[in-house]
Amino acid sequence: MLAYIGRRVVYTVPIMLGVSLVCFALVHISPGDPLVSVLPADASEQLRLTMMRLYGFDRSYPEQFGLWLWRAVQGDLGTSIATGRAVATEVLRAAGNTLRLAALATVIGFVFGCLFGFVAGYFRDSWVDKLASLLSVIGVSVPHYWLGMVLVIVFSSQLGWLPATGAGPGGSSSWVWDWEHVSHMVLPAITMSVIPMGIIARTVRALVAEILAQEFVIGLKARGLNEVGVFAHVVKNAAPTALAVMGLQLGYLLGGSILIETVFSWPGTGFLLNAAIFQRDLPLLQGTILVLAMFFVLLNLAVDVVQTMLDPRIERG
Amino acid sequence: MTEPLVELRDLTVTFTGGPKPVAAVNGVDLTLAPGETVALIGESGSGKSVTLRQILRLNPERRSRVSGQVRVAGLDVLRLSGTELAAYRGAVASMIFQEPLLALDPVYTLGDQIVEAICRHEAVSREDARRRALDLFERVRIPSAARRLEAYPHEMSGGMRQRAMIALALACRPKLLLADEPTTALDATVQIQVLLLLRDLQREFGLSILFVTHDIGAAVEVADRMAVMYAGRIVEAADARTIVRAPRHPYTIGLLKSRAHGALQKGQRLETIPGSPPDLANLPPGCAFADRCFLAADACRTTPPAAEGLAAGHQVRCFRSADTAAALA
Repeated sequence: MLAYIGRRVVYTVPIMLGVSLVCFALVHISPGDPLVSVLPADASEQLRLTMMRLYGFDRSYPEQFGLWLWRAVQGDLGTSIATGRAVATEVLRAAGNTLRLAALATVIGFVFGCLFGFVAGYFRDSWVDKLASLLSVIGVSVPHYWLGMVLVIVFSSQLGWLPATGAGPGGSSSWVWDWEHVSHMVLPAITMSVIPMGIIARTVRALVAEILAQEFVIGLKARGLNEVGVFAHVVKNAAPTALAVMGLQLGYLLGGSILIETVFSWPGTGFLLNAAIFQRDLPLLQGTILVLAMFFVLLNLAVDVVQTMLDPRIERG
Repeated sequence: MTEPLVELRDLTVTFTGGPKPVAAVNGVDLTLAPGETVALIGESGSGKSVTLRQILRLNPERRSRVSGQVRVAGLDVLRLSGTELAAYRGAVASMIFQEPLLALDPVYTLGDQIVEAICRHEAVSREDARRRALDLFERVRIPSAARRLEAYPHEMSGGMRQRAMIALALACRPKLLLADEPTTALDATVQIQVLLLLRDLQREFGLSILFVTHDIGAAVEVADRMAVMYAGRIVEAADARTIVRAPRHPYTIGLLKSRAHGALQKGQRLETIPGSPPDLANLPPGCAFADRCFLAADACRTTPPAAEGLAAGHQVRCFRSADTAAALA
């Protein structure tokens, strides 16, 4: 088992290298001079060259990449062009916010997704199944930002139950575990949970239906297990796949929440990315994408390890 | 005669899930004495597995219609409540399956599955259940039993898996063991070992075994009596020796002739029964075998023959049984 984890960790190194290469290349693939947004329109050629040297754009690409990677490994992701603050600090603070939101959304999505999935799988082709399937299709298909706006209109503007935007009272972005702060998470988390809920519900429904059709379920009944006893076996059989899907969904939520974070002005990585793109803040963009990609790689690693521990059929040797 | 352990009376099972009802079992009468081994023989779709599963009520209840009577050890199985049924399954009667890899839960170790079954039926500690599991593994002659208890089903060979399945089925000391083609998925050499093991365990535990197979050779090894099924009916039943030496139903005769035994010469054709089994959703009014039978007369196509007693314990459902004795030669 330890050897397996060790090998799996080693495998992530080339993946991470590849990812960082793509992140680095983004700056140079995207059209336009990265310095345009920093320099005033009437900047002299002299100033342009100085700035190029300052940012290291005058060196060869491999050299630039090596330097950038070397600094990144040490935790230095450069300086934001727009704010002049260290990218690493900005990204980490935003990542904390996003992680909190995404984790809550995944938990909500997982709990309800499993609930719908199990009910639908157990009572296949009944009206409960059809209702659960309908809900999950709606969950997957409904545009996020639209749902977010509808929720804001209903629960913030009309009913006034929950705050519409921000991560805390008065636009504060520091986090405290109290109701004031948690209430800010409710609407974005629910909005965000809808897609993983739909996907997990559909996965679990298919899993449960497939497991129940297997002969070992008859075998379990033949041993005298009642419905509850059989259910425990179904859960353990479904768990590895369901958890893997949940882990991947958490990964998508970490990176793919730009729209929701923008709608709710949630000070997370998506919000940061949005700002970085509009301000052409390339170091910030690079750093954020790199951190998110690393998250995703590590999450996949964690999912693989957990799945291996839960499912004895996965080869460990 | 002692009280029978199993008594099936006029058992019918009709599956209603499809577009047309499928009459899988059409009036089966069968008794098993304590300690007796009976083999149910027939080809695919003859209703032998459905009969067997109905004894544990494992056929999907929402999609089947069942009538008749199933009595096992004094219990009216078809009228047991949910909790009574769960207490009966595994403790009074248990089952082994054709393919143990499919019939065992893949993500639990074999030891855990046995312990679970024991704890489900008896108030014993997990440690005691564990010791019993180890003892069972030794009794079914699994080498390095303690280590194999920790194994998952996919980590064992086919023969070992079937032994583990047998150990699991015997975990709560049932009186009746139902075996659904237990050797079909195994290699020929392993088949014999498992059959011999079953016979030994039957003596050791005083079990009754109802054994479903399409392999007459395997049935002869273990069975005291045999019942031949065709289209959901028992067409002939007798002690094993009589079935093999003096069968009286044309279908039994056909089955025996279509076996490949050692004396088959190169180039010699294997005898087969012409035609194919009837559609169970659309059974003929008369004898279901009439269309394939070399002796069929007009009477055979209008009414189904009733069971007729030829000698003590030898019953046959055939209008022409008087003429079949000669046909065997």
